[in-house]
Amino acid sequence: MKDLANAAPPRRTRPRNLQELIYSKAVRTTFYQLLLASAICALGLFLYGNVVDNLTRQNITTGFGFLDQVSNFEIGEKLIPYTPRSTYFDALSVGLVNTLMVSAAGIVIATLIGFMVAIARVSGNWMLERLALSYVEVVRNIPVILQAIFWVVVLRNLPVPKNAIVLGDYGFLTNRGLYFAAPAANPVHGWMWLALAGGIVACVLGTIAARKYRETTGKYIDMLLPGLALILVPPLLVWLAAGAPAEISYPVPKGFNYVGGVSISPEFTALLIGISMYASGFIAEIVRSGIQATPKGQIEAARAIALKPRFVMRYVILPQAMRVIVPPLTSQYVSLIKNSSIAVVVGYPDLVNIGNTMMNQTGQAVEAIVVMMVVYLGVSLTASLVMNIFNRFVAIKER
Amino acid sequence: MAFTPLAKSVTFDPDARLSAVDWIRQNLFQNVVQSLLTIAVGYAIVSLAWFLLRWGLLDAVFVADGPEACREAAGACWAVIGVKYRPMLFGLYPYEEHWRLVIMIVIYLLTVVLSLWPRFWNLRFLVPLWIFAVTSITVLMFGGVFGLRYVPSNDWGGLPLTIILFTGTVLIGMPVAVLLALGRRSPLPFARGVSVVFIEAMRGVPLITILFVAVNVFPLFLPQGVEVNKLLRITVGIAIFFSCYQAEVIRGGLQAVPRGQYEAAASINLTYWQTTRRIILPQAMRIALPSITNHIIAAMKNTSFVIIIGLFDILTATSAVMQDPLWRRYYVEAYLFIAFIYLFFGYSLSRYARQVEKWINIGRI
Repeated sequence: MKDLANAAPPRRTRPRNLQELIYSKAVRTTFYQLLLASAICALGLFLYGNVVDNLTRQNITTGFGFLDQVSNFEIGEKLIPYTPRSTYFDALSVGLVNTLMVSAAGIVIATLIGFMVAIARVSGNWMLERLALSYVEVVRNIPVILQAIFWVVVLRNLPVPKNAIVLGDYGFLTNRGLYFAAPAANPVHGWMWLALAGGIVACVLGTIAARKYRETTGKYIDMLLPGLALILVPPLLVWLAAGAPAEISYPVPKGFNYVGGVSISPEFTALLIGISMYASGFIAEIVRSGIQATPKGQIEAARAIALKPRFVMRYVILPQAMRVIVPPLTSQYVSLIKNSSIAVVVGYPDLVNIGNTMMNQTGQAVEAIVVMMVVYLGVSLTASLVMNIFNRFVAIKER
Repeated sequence: MAFTPLAKSVTFDPDARLSAVDWIRQNLFQNVVQSLLTIAVGYAIVSLAWFLLRWGLLDAVFVADGPEACREAAGACWAVIGVKYRPMLFGLYPYEEHWRLVIMIVIYLLTVVLSLWPRFWNLRFLVPLWIFAVTSITVLMFGGVFGLRYVPSNDWGGLPLTIILFTGTVLIGMPVAVLLALGRRSPLPFARGVSVVFIEAMRGVPLITILFVAVNVFPLFLPQGVEVNKLLRITVGIAIFFSCYQAEVIRGGLQAVPRGQYEAAASINLTYWQTTRRIILPQAMRIALPSITNHIIAAMKNTSFVIIIGLFDILTATSAVMQDPLWRRYYVEAYLFIAFIYLFFGYSLSRYARQVEKWINIGRI
């Protein structure tokens, strides 16, 4: 690239004869590139011709028109309305929402486990460090598919609903799914979520205001507790204003199954455990290297100016660690999203699973695969975009 | 007047080893919190170890003719592996021909061990060795000559299939990865563009979609009457996926080679390929070695994705075996066995890579 171009001997202004012209760098570079371009074009045309030829012979119509046809299959788990009378497009939407759902939950759980294991890895306690290391080595070195299959088999071998494993009145573990008690559905919940979002915005604004105040006056306001209050108080107020509805919906046996509470399917649970445990091993190592990357002198210097221990963590160690952690963490998140595509082995209806069914029903293999690839490309790129914006906040700032 | 030292001289020896008591105090009982933590973790580890010992060893059934013997036992039923190890390890391959697979695995392991031994790092030995290994393994697997029964590649399965997928991925993928990495840093803008688009597109999609392309779409790309073996298509698919990740790692190594190296090569008038082959690549590969190993281990784990397209690798074979109603209760033992195989190969590879890093860094400051 630049290195090679710069390292080349200085070019003469103009070739003096034909031989020099042929041997000149510009001509050769252009020639090689034209050669490569025409080879790629020729290959592309050859393949395209074959595809058209094969498709006409097999009487397969090309194009995405089939997405409007009725799908005629049922999907077990759906977060948006769908019936077998819906179109393939709707089926794919259900799959995409399921993919996003399991990926989002997986990212949260993998990050939590990863950070905890990483802290155990640097705890200074030899026994705990060894235990955490064993966890990391085991979950990283077993294929994610094997882990997902293992968990789905475990969950399917739970007792039938009649003999469910009972956790008090609050939960039942059966081979049909996991059932837990949950607050009964109430319209006020929507408003509480809204208040929570408002609280988070207020907390961010408050933190910015506190920093401005510190920069102008030099007085430090600790935003830890006020920030938490800003987040949690609005939903609490909404809940109290609505008369504090405290009704809990318990799962109760009915027929061959349970009704009430919340239920989580074995497929979703197995996939979630599989992909998040697998990713947590990698995340733990990333976080550990980030924590250990802060030079000891930084911590000693912070102590030397009598910074409180929690400020040492918050203003000296964490900012430097995040700088090291965030870029590789991004690629772990992206690979977790892509790993969720193994859902088909546990029977969870994600995008690939539904796309696969669609491919088998319609025979539109090219289009179905193109849809899957484009959607994953889009999701992966969005995830890395978001993380790159986050990275800009934590990256080293040079003035 | 005699000189008297003011104090006993204190020497600090950074390499001094702690005594056992000091070590335990420093690493396990430094303060109250650490001591409590040690006791809690120690209790958890001991009870887990005791449970595993009882389940896996004391109460376990190791040999049984039928599942009845396991039903009464409170512990593990390792007998399931004794009964089922052949379909688990060899998949659908004809039962009476399994001896060929055993020889194949022995040849493969010997070849790998010899290739990993620095004493034999010599192309004049390694190239014939691998040609011999690949030919003999092909003959053993396919048969059809020397009076061996012909076995089509659709019937291959188990550990040999996993080995073939993994080795094929690395053998095909590494050269492609080097080319892609060089392409991405090429002085030719067009080659650079093609490499960037190819690498980024492949890294943005899940492996499964590439396997779907290899199985369902690739045949459409071929002229009528031309067919490519399904196993080969899948291996090439995994290899291309692998090479795009590996290319990024190698590119990192290339970027870390100091510019002076390029300039020095140019000053003694080496061509691009001479510079790349003799000066740049050896240094880049050395720098990138730890990450290259990680991706090779990942390639081994990724072979398990073929379960989705119905290839009978070791995991698919085990899942199929565990459908047997007589033995399906003992799935934990069977999957642990498979997990142990993956763990064993992955762990050995990473230990070996660490050793290689030590060897190649001898004499470097």
